[in-house]
Order: sequence, then C-alpha cells, then structure tokens
Amino acid sequence: MTVLETSGLTITLDGEPLVRDVGFELAARDRVGLIGESGSGKSLTALALLGLLPAGMRASGRILIDGRDYLDAPDRQWRRVRGRTVSIVFQEPLTALDPLMPVGRQIAGPLRLHHGLNRSDAERRAIEWCDRVHLPDPARLVRALPHEISGGQRQRVALAMALACRPRVLIADEPTTALDVTVQAQILTLLDELIEETGVALLFISHDLPVVAGLARQLLVMRDGRLVESGPVDDVLRRPRSDYGRQLVASAARVTRLARPGSVSGTGGEDR
Amino acid sequence: MTTPLIEASETVDAIAAPTRPRRGWRSPSLIVGSVLLLVVLALALVSLVWTPYGLDQADPAARLAGPSAQHWAGTDRLGRDQFTQLMLGARTAVWIGVSSVAVAFALGTPLGLLAAAAGRLVDDAVAGVIDIVIAFPTLLLAMLLVTVYGASTTVAISAIGIGVSAEVARLARISASRVFTQDYVLAARTCGTSTPVILIRHVLPNIWHTLLVQATLAFGVAVIAEASLSYLGLGTPPPAPSWGRMLQEAQSTVGVAPWNVLLPGLAVAVAVVGVNLLGDGLREIGDPQLRTRRRATGR
Amino acid sequence: MLGYLVRRVAWLLGSLFVAGSAVFFLLRVLPGDPAVTLLAVGSSPDELNAIRHRLGTDRPLLDQYAGWFGGLLTGHLGDSLFTRTPVLDQITGRLPVTVPLALSAFVASIVVAVPVGVFAAVRRRGLLGVAVSTLAQLGIALPIFWVGIVVVWLVAVQGRLLPPGGFPRTGWQDPAAAVGSLVLPVATLTIAQGSVLVRYVRSATLDVLNQEYVRTARSLGYSLPQALLRHGPRNGAATVVNILGILLASSLLGTVVIESVFALPGLGSLLLASVKARDLPVVQGTVFAMTATVLVIGLVVDVTQRLIDPRLGGSA
Repeated sequence: MTVLETSGLTITLDGEPLVRDVGFELAARDRVGLIGESGSGKSLTALALLGLLPAGMRASGRILIDGRDYLDAPDRQWRRVRGRTVSIVFQEPLTALDPLMPVGRQIAGPLRLHHGLNRSDAERRAIEWCDRVHLPDPARLVRALPHEISGGQRQRVALAMALACRPRVLIADEPTTALDVTVQAQILTLLDELIEETGVALLFISHDLPVVAGLARQLLVMRDGRLVESGPVDDVLRRPRSDYGRQLVASAARVTRLARPGSVSGTGGEDR
Repeated sequence: MTTPLIEASETVDAIAAPTRPRRGWRSPSLIVGSVLLLVVLALALVSLVWTPYGLDQADPAARLAGPSAQHWAGTDRLGRDQFTQLMLGARTAVWIGVSSVAVAFALGTPLGLLAAAAGRLVDDAVAGVIDIVIAFPTLLLAMLLVTVYGASTTVAISAIGIGVSAEVARLARISASRVFTQDYVLAARTCGTSTPVILIRHVLPNIWHTLLVQATLAFGVAVIAEASLSYLGLGTPPPAPSWGRMLQEAQSTVGVAPWNVLLPGLAVAVAVVGVNLLGDGLREIGDPQLRTRRRATGR
Repeated sequence: MLGYLVRRVAWLLGSLFVAGSAVFFLLRVLPGDPAVTLLAVGSSPDELNAIRHRLGTDRPLLDQYAGWFGGLLTGHLGDSLFTRTPVLDQITGRLPVTVPLALSAFVASIVVAVPVGVFAAVRRRGLLGVAVSTLAQLGIALPIFWVGIVVVWLVAVQGRLLPPGGFPRTGWQDPAAAVGSLVLPVATLTIAQGSVLVRYVRSATLDVLNQEYVRTARSLGYSLPQALLRHGPRNGAATVVNILGILLASSLLGTVVIESVFALPGLGSLLLASVKARDLPVVQGTVFAMTATVLVIGLVVDVTQRLIDPRLGGSA
C-alpha cells in the first residue's frame, strides 16, 4: 500500500529549476536511500514532500499522500499530515531543537497537538519514547535542555519527536552527518531497530553511499536536480547506469576498501 | 516502491545554479539613498556660491508668506527667505555630520582595533570604557560641554563625535576580534607575521566595509543629533542657520505657517532616510556572506 | 548566579564611580573658571571670590572631588546657584512629571509596537508588512521634536482637542488636567520610540522565524503562528529584555527634548534651564542622576537576561 508518491516533481526558484521531474513512491516498510552530492536537490525534495519549501520556491508535479494530491494544498491541510503521516529528522539536532525548551516538552508537543493528550499524559508518553530511543534515565532526561545532553542524545530526541505520533513515512535528512563516526553507527542501529518495530517507511537522504547502502533496500541517485539512477541497492551498486553512478560507486569502493579492516576503530560509548 | 520516471540521462552541463537577479549596484535602496543624499549635498554645495537671498535679507511686507515664485519655501516671521535658510542649514548639517563622524572614527577605530589586537587585560579595560561611554548619552555629554564652554559648533561636533565613537569602537572591536580568531590569521601568526602587519593585511580589508556602513548610519545619527541640539539652543549659535533652530523658531507660528515646520523636518528626514538607505545598499553589496547566501538560496 | 550578581553589582558601582568622576572633572577641570562664566563681565574680585566659595572651587581639587562623592553617598548634591534650594529637592520635585511621562511612553510603545513588529515580520512580503516597516523607518529618521510640533499642530492647534503644552500649576491635584497635558507628549514619545521598537521586534521575530526549530515545529504539524507562539517568547525574550532596557533609557532621555517641545516642568527642562543658566550643581546632579538611572537599567537588563537564558551562564 503506497503511502507517499511523487511524480514529475519540479522545484523552481525565480523560474530556474532546482529539482526536475523527480518521481518515486514509498509504501509501508520500504527503505529508500536518496543519495547525491550537496546541492543536488535532495534536501529540497524532502522539504517539498512536507510542503515546507523555503519562501520564493515553487513546486510543480504531484505529491500524493494516501492517494490525495497535496502539492497545492493550503497549509491547513498540510498540517494534518505533517508529523502524523509524514515526519522528518533534520541534520543538525542542536539547531533543530528549541535550545530553551526541555526536551521532554518538545517530544510531548506533537502528541498534544495531534492526539489531544493532556499535559501529563503527553509527558508520560514522552518519557516512554525517551526509553524507546534508549536515552538513559528518561524521567530525568526529559527535563534537560538540548545543550545539556550529547549530540547523539539530541538526535535520539529528534527521532522520538518525529516518531511520537506514529507517522507512516519517516524522512531522515542526513541525520548522522553532524555526528562522530561511532555515534553515527549507534544512531543507524537505532534507526534500523525503530523502523523494524514501527513499520514506518524510510526515506534516508545522505551524501555517503556506504551509510545509505547499509540501511536502504532501494536506492535513488540525484545529480543536478535530476534522478540519474534508481533501483534495488545491489543492482545500482553492481551495475550503475550513469557516469555519475559509476563514479560514486568507484569512489565509495576505494574508501571502504581502505577502511575495511576493523571497519570502525576507536571506542564508542560517548553516546547512549 | 520506487519507480524511475526519468531516464538516467547525463546532463552534466545543465547546472541549475539558482542565481537570483543580482542587484548589487542597482539595488533600489542604494539608488534612492544616493539620490536623496545628493539633493542634500547639492543644496549644501550650491549654498557656498549662491543662495536666492541673503541670510539677513528680510522682507517685512512678506512675513510668514507661503511658498511662492519669489520665496520657494516661504518666509519666516521676520520675512526672511526660508529656502535660503534651508540651503545654509544643509551646509551646517553636512559639515557637522561629516566632522563628527570623522571625530568618531578617529577615536573609535584605533581604540576598537587596539582592544581586539591586545591581550585580555587591555581588551577588558577598553570594553569597559566603551560600555560606560555608550551608557553616557550624547545629549547629556553635549549638555555638560555646553555648560562649560557655551554652545558652539565645536562643542556640538565634539559631543556627537565622542558619543558616536563608542559605538564605532564597539563595532571595530567585535569585527576585528572575529577576524583575529580566523584560521588564516592563526596561520599568518605561526609564520611569524607581526600584529601590525596582520592588522593591515588581514583585519582592515575584512572590516573596512562594515565600518563604512557604520559611518553612513553614524552620519544619520549625527544629523538628527545636530538638529536636536540646535532645537534646544545648544548647537551652532545664531546667526549660522540650522534646521533644528528653524524648527524651534517656527514652532510658535505653526498654526499660521505650518510649512515653516514641515519643510525643515522634511529636510532632516530626506538626509537621514537617504543615508540610511545608502547604508542598507552598501551593506547588501559588501557583505560577502549576504552575497553568497543570495547566490546559494535554499541549497 | 549569585557570583554573577556580585560581579555585576561591582561593575555597576565601578561604572557609577567613573561616571561620577567624569561629570565632576568635565565640569571642574576643563579650562575656564566656572565662577568667571557665571558673573557678568567686570565683576569685582570680591564677587568672584564669593562665588568661588559658594561653588567650593576655592578648595583644593581633591577635597572637592571627595566632597562630591561624599555628597552622592549621603544625598547632598549641593544647592542651586540661583534658587539656593538643594539640588536633590529640585530633582525630586520634577519627578512627578518626568516619571509618568517616561513610563507611560515606555508602556505605550510596548503595547503598540510589539504586535505591530511581529506582524511586520510574519507578513514581511505582504503590502501591509512592507508599509509598516517603511513607516517605522520614517519614524526613526524624523527628529522627535518635529513629530511633537506636528502633533501639536494637528491635534491642539487645528483640532483644539488638548492643550498644546504646559502642565497644571497645581500638579496632580487636578488629575484630569495633569493627564490631559501628558497625552500629547506621551503620544509623541510613543511614535518615536515605537518606530525604533517596531524595527527591533521585527528583526527579533525574523530571527526566530528563521531558526531551524521553527521549521522542525512546522514539520510536526504546527502552523507558523503556533510555532511562533511555542518558541518565540522563550527564545525572543532575552533580546526583547535588552531592547526594553534601551527603550526605557531612551524614553528617559527623550523627555529632555519632549519636555522642551511641550513646555513641561520635568527633569529635562530643569536640566536644560540649568545648562543655559550655567547652574553647575544642578547640571552636575541631574546629569549624574540620569546616567545612574541608565546604568541601573543596564544592570536589571543583564541580570534578567541571565535568568532567562541559562546558556549565558559560565563566564562573566
């Protein structure tokens, strides 16, 4: 059952196209990786799927959520799907979270908004969610401010926030790029665990092929605002059809070969 | 599931860099600001060689007359031509504005740079002085100086200059210390470059633009301050004309001759709005971050 | 927090000392004998000496300096040269005009400008939003006394609705008359201060709007106004407190000009009259009182900011 589908998605700024004719669909339990260099339009695509393009940019094409076209929908209608059907986790949790609001209240907010929970019920659910994303001492941690916890913990909070209202699509926009390598691995493990548990469809955006390949089953490759590759991960990795795809695979292969022995060295544990 | 809706065509050449129309030197604020400011400057410069009437040339028959072909801006209660006074007032405003901005920068820039370049102790001391001078309002400083020396152009320039210098020093200190913490300055230091050389080669080129914008804004502040001091009778003493004193003299006859109030006020507004717009335009052109941000909108 | 408070109060005392010294030395040490400037040309040496004695300028400088600070501590700011009444009494006598004027203008500016500024930020691309910003820019560029004269012309001279200036001789014994004579001055000060505040509030709001956590809130289903309401107050508060401090200080100083426009017998006109009459003790006392108020406002602002934003903690 397809939850989110887009076709012919084109994003323009002052008439200049930034993203052209992108299309794909996401059904329950899909794990799609969207890869491309910075500036290729992958983050814009993600924002467009939530109706959150920066002012001045225009999207055309179709964005179907549960079969309904939201492309030109008014904000009032978008608000009913944001956080409830489609959620997003951004790259930098330090700035994506309100620096002056206790993290528990930030997780509880969408629960009160969408599910109409009262304050104490929402707080209790926030504590449960902190536990589900393996934050230590949840009852105490919910009262902390973002700058008082570690980067990995902040991203766990952001994940809890995004998943709190049980969306069916989770867009993760470079969610590990701002983190240390060891913490990155922990967050990827958590993400894997959470999507298995909740059955949420994942659109994972990254510039890092090995990271995407570890988590996704389908792969989309973007370059200069266009999709240049798409298909099952193994197919794209083995038989890239575009020049850019071949370059990407080749350079990733070089890096992984270098890094393979021991893969990630160093000790983790900074983050839990 | 994913459906490829487009062919994997290689269009490497079509780079969709979202360049918004780059306005740069053609930005509206820059143009409008320059035009307004040029009007004021032209009035001031022309007044050096020509004015419609002499300053003291009174026409008793045409007291408080409205604007006419003879008197473009009307006359005051002694029958003196108001346009002549407006022109000479522009000269006073520009002169005091430019001089006090010069005083402010002569005092403020070295102080700010010194604080940024020197060690923690000097920096703290200078920062403290700046804070106190900022807290000490220009108007009060002017009043103290007038009490001692009497009202004069020099006092007005000194008071406004010192008052504004604190803001200049603060800005110079902040922007310079920002440069001092950059990696390329650190690199230059490691190569043994001395502080004065770093100041000239790295710091000044990076902050002069910010200071230039600040200078335009300071000019606006100075013009308003000059008008206020003259209005209160603490600025340039008579007979030298000033927009502020024109307003003070016209206040009691506002019911009969409102244009005598409206026009000098308009003159101040034209000068200040003009210079503020110019500052905005310059900031837009010069701020490299704003420029790249504009070029890379949304990426 | 306590440590910060102690350091901040120490800093205030230091600033007060520096400000007090500056006022003292600017008036005493600069070339020119105050006694000479006070008297008409051709006064006898005896008259000069009498004046010097009254000013205390015949005493050693350090002695005078110590006397000035001793006076500050005990509230003895000296006597006016002309009315011979204590400076402190003169100052407190003027407060019933200046304090209501400054405070009402302060409150009115906030009430008017905060919603307008937020509106101008949210609708910054709309016609009305641009119009508001432009008007605010104009309001900043116009001298406050000019605004005052025009307000008098429109309301008092043309409309004959309110007195164009002055204050009832009986002061607040006739509250209606006192309030009536303060309406136009407050309105003028509000237009001038409000314009500045609109710009500050607009840019503070834009600042919050551009934060990523607002985008996060919207991605979770909040509307833009909801997101602004959820995150704006706590994140904008520190900036707003700072702005309010500046606003309060400039409302106080604005009264100097405003009282002159509307012929109000407040602290500002006391200062202006004393400057013109060269009444040194009054100028000295009034300037110090105003500066001290500005410095105390600064302390309140800093401490409040610290209470609002715990991230500012740590270093002083």
